[in-house]
Amino acid sequence: METRLLRTDREVGIIGYGAYIPRYRLPATEVARIWTGGEGETPVTEKAVAGPDEDVVTISIEAARNALARAGNVDPALIRAVWVGSESHPYAVKPTSTILAEAIGATPYVQAGDWEFACKAGTEALQAAIGFVGSGMGRYALAVGADTAQARPGDALEYTAASGGAAYLVGPAEEALAVVEGSLSYVTDTPDFWRRAYQHYPSHGGRFTGEPAYFKHIAEAARALMEALGTTPADYDYAVFHQPNVKFPQTVARQLGFKPEQIGAGLLADRIGNTYAGSSLIGLTAILDGARPDQRILLVSFGSGAGSDAISLRTTEAIRERQGRAPATQDYIARRTVIDYGLYVRFRGKLRV
Amino acid sequence: MGLPSKNWRLRNQRYRLVGEICEKCGTPIFPPRDVCPECEGPAQTPYVFSGRGEVYSYSTVYHPPAEFERYAPYTVALVRLEEGPMLTAQLTDVAPEEVYIGMPVEMVTRQLQTEGDEGVIAYGYKFRPLIR
Ligand SMILES: [Zn+2]
Repeated sequence: METRLLRTDREVGIIGYGAYIPRYRLPATEVARIWTGGEGETPVTEKAVAGPDEDVVTISIEAARNALARAGNVDPALIRAVWVGSESHPYAVKPTSTILAEAIGATPYVQAGDWEFACKAGTEALQAAIGFVGSGMGRYALAVGADTAQARPGDALEYTAASGGAAYLVGPAEEALAVVEGSLSYVTDTPDFWRRAYQHYPSHGGRFTGEPAYFKHIAEAARALMEALGTTPADYDYAVFHQPNVKFPQTVARQLGFKPEQIGAGLLADRIGNTYAGSSLIGLTAILDGARPDQRILLVSFGSGAGSDAISLRTTEAIRERQGRAPATQDYIARRTVIDYGLYVRFRGKLRV
Repeated sequence: MGLPSKNWRLRNQRYRLVGEICEKCGTPIFPPRDVCPECEGPAQTPYVFSGRGEVYSYSTVYHPPAEFERYAPYTVALVRLEEGPMLTAQLTDVAPEEVYIGMPVEMVTRQLQTEGDEGVIAYGYKFRPLIR
């Protein structure tokens, strides 16, 4: 069983973390007003929408600055990798990561690259950063998950496809605010959701989206990690799962044996929507904002196509002094300007003339 | 090709407010100009500004040039950085009627302009009301 784990040569952890959520909110009632005459239940209350001058680059920059502020005295020139996971990189060819690396002062002696794996691209970058630091290739690596997700107007995903991101500075365990206890990945070829080249909007495989995709991958990854580490749900103070809506993470948590109070702090979908590659990673920032030393956290992402990354963390004494060095995730959630469907269409460039 | 090369040349000051500090009298300088405006001494030591400041004066643009149309209406402000220098920048994440003289602001890096659907995206500093 232990061989299923992704193992590092030396202990690593999170040195700094940071979130970014844009100011604008589109209430689900606005989407319903346009497309269903206001009838029917909605999967979230509202979602975060990027403003007209925002994209995955700008979201990543602010999240990364917050992560570096929490890290304190880390010289950006010591960061040896800057990786951004997203399905909405602003360029098809030209890395987001080089712009981010330049903006935080990490250039030029730095590995940079963009990662893609639907909503799991961010935790993919985080897994890689854990391995990079854990092998000794560099002292610090920065991993970001961010998206400005687009849904076809009128599609069910339009209620939830949102914008936001989170950044994690990974480094040696002795400097960490949360130590990585272990991680693994679980992937299969499952056609639940995709977007072909040059298409603006994604397509999804109806009956493939729930049971064989989201629930199967998250549950298998979570169970395998806990089995390998010898932990049970009762050993965790918090858990956070990918949140395409409110119900899915609640359901998978219940199936695995987690209680509602373990997932409450990190379950943000009702107020910010599904931030895709940012989703579980932003949820983790909200948990870290309120966590105390020596608490255990389980994170399990999900990306269509399909796969999950599961990571087990334990907080350290260092978390106390770092929490307040940057805006809390709830500060960004509280900063809120409601827009109507018309302004949303304009902001997200859905009007093509 | 004016936009890519100009933005590339200025990327340190545009992305993260890198200016200079005067080696002779200690004046922080932005934008960097290699000669101190106070004592005319050489100023070549790079200095990263905190990004905090306040609105000194402002004006709202309702009919912008074509490349800025998607931001309209927006406010352009003269911002006094907490270290002293004054600079002109677009405000963001704020409605024009919310802006006032003395408003505390902080620097964010945002899209400045894009050359249509095919060209380069220029990023640089804007200022917004403090998050907290
Ligand atoms: Zn001088």
